Amino acid sequence: MKPKLALYWASSCGGCEIAVVDTELKILDIAGFFDIVFWPCLMDFKYKDVEAMEDGEITLCLFNGAIRTSENEYMAKLLRAKSKVLVAFGSCASEGCIPALANFYDKQSILDFVYKDSQSLEENSRGVYPETKTHMPEGEIDIPEFWNTVKTLDQVVDVDYYVPGCPPQSFQIVKVVEAVIDILKNGKPLPPTGTVLGAGDKTCCDECPRERKEKKIKKFYRPQEIIPDPNECLLDQGLMCMGPATRSGCDALCVKANIGCRGCYGPPVNVMDQGTKMVSALSSVIDSTDQKEVREIIKTIADPLGTFYRFSMGASLMRRVQPKKVEKE
Amino acid sequence: MEQEEKEFNPKIVAFLCNWCTYTGADLAGVSRLKSSPCVRIIRVMCSGRVDPSFVIKAFKQGADGVFIGGCHIGDCHYSEGNYKTLRRVEFMKIFLEEFGIDPRRLRLEWISASEGDKYAATTLDFEKQIRELGPIQLVEV
Repeated sequence: MKPKLALYWASSCGGCEIAVVDTELKILDIAGFFDIVFWPCLMDFKYKDVEAMEDGEITLCLFNGAIRTSENEYMAKLLRAKSKVLVAFGSCASEGCIPALANFYDKQSILDFVYKDSQSLEENSRGVYPETKTHMPEGEIDIPEFWNTVKTLDQVVDVDYYVPGCPPQSFQIVKVVEAVIDILKNGKPLPPTGTVLGAGDKTCCDECPRERKEKKIKKFYRPQEIIPDPNECLLDQGLMCMGPATRSGCDALCVKANIGCRGCYGPPVNVMDQGTKMVSALSSVIDSTDQKEVREIIKTIADPLGTFYRFSMGASLMRRVQPKKVEKE
Repeated sequence: MEQEEKEFNPKIVAFLCNWCTYTGADLAGVSRLKSSPCVRIIRVMCSGRVDPSFVIKAFKQGADGVFIGGCHIGDCHYSEGNYKTLRRVEFMKIFLEEFGIDPRRLRLEWISASEGDKYAATTLDFEKQIRELGPIQLVEV
């Protein structure tokens, strides 16, 4: 009997599924080796199909997407029970990614904007909020509950392995799938729980081909403000690049396209918090010893918190921004 | 029970540099100066050893204030560790503000080994400041 494979998307954009399909001909190997039992993005499966399975029936489940609604949580728990190996696949499941930027706000302010304050609302629907339960003549219907804080998969259920990246690069997915097939075919032992698969164990800078000098930064620029030299380190030139605080594995994709690393592969090995690591890295290269001037230089960074935690807010130490009213009356 | 809730004893985590402030704190004790009893000292080899994640972790785990003590500028045992601390703390203050935590909860002071009195006075002053700000109340996630 073929091993069974499941893919699920919780709160995500679908890019991870595209990345899997982008493995090109390798997808045939995946489809040939595995029996795909659940992949709502590509094929018509229902939740009840999964519910009907035995516990541990799915050999491998690649779970992408963050957990932000009660439905996401339900599916995370369900797939955890039904899967032997559950992989947090992609940045959202591993560390919150873009959906976790919602942790800068709270549930109420998000709902208020979308259903009350947004300019694009039509006047007759302004102020109409969705109800989780609605009574209809045919009976009660419900929609999932929206959470205050977006969580990562491992904050909800136990996760065996992580594949970082937004999305994980297809050549890395191929490597992971080949390793999994090798393990299953030849009865090899599984890597230790918690291993990060499909990524390097250094930083993005390690893969970057640009020339690095001693960094001395007097001002940070937005990408539209300067034309960067194509061979010199972007950070040296004052462009924000998350390379020093980001795990390697993408083959320095963004920096090769003349744009600073955005940090989607998450914090490197032994780093618990990507944003503060970036603070630490930048503090070492800001070229000033005068308190006031240092502050002025830091002020030239646009949205430091959102930039440094663009992909890792959900898994960061703080996990969310505190509502202003708690601290200041 | 109600009384217990009313009394607020701030938790202050202090990262003190081995060469200056830690020795200064020692001097304050030996000189029998009154310093803040709310301070929990963690000795580090250099104030530059204090990673910003230590600060965030301290707040996350219930510290009401974080104090960093290092050598005076120019006196660093490792020549420029405290310059990095200076920049980091400036950065962290902006960061904390964006996180919704009052940046006054983080304080950096240069205290040399001979300034036991400055250590005592500064910690008492910081304790007062934290008492004014009240307990840190982070949203449960």
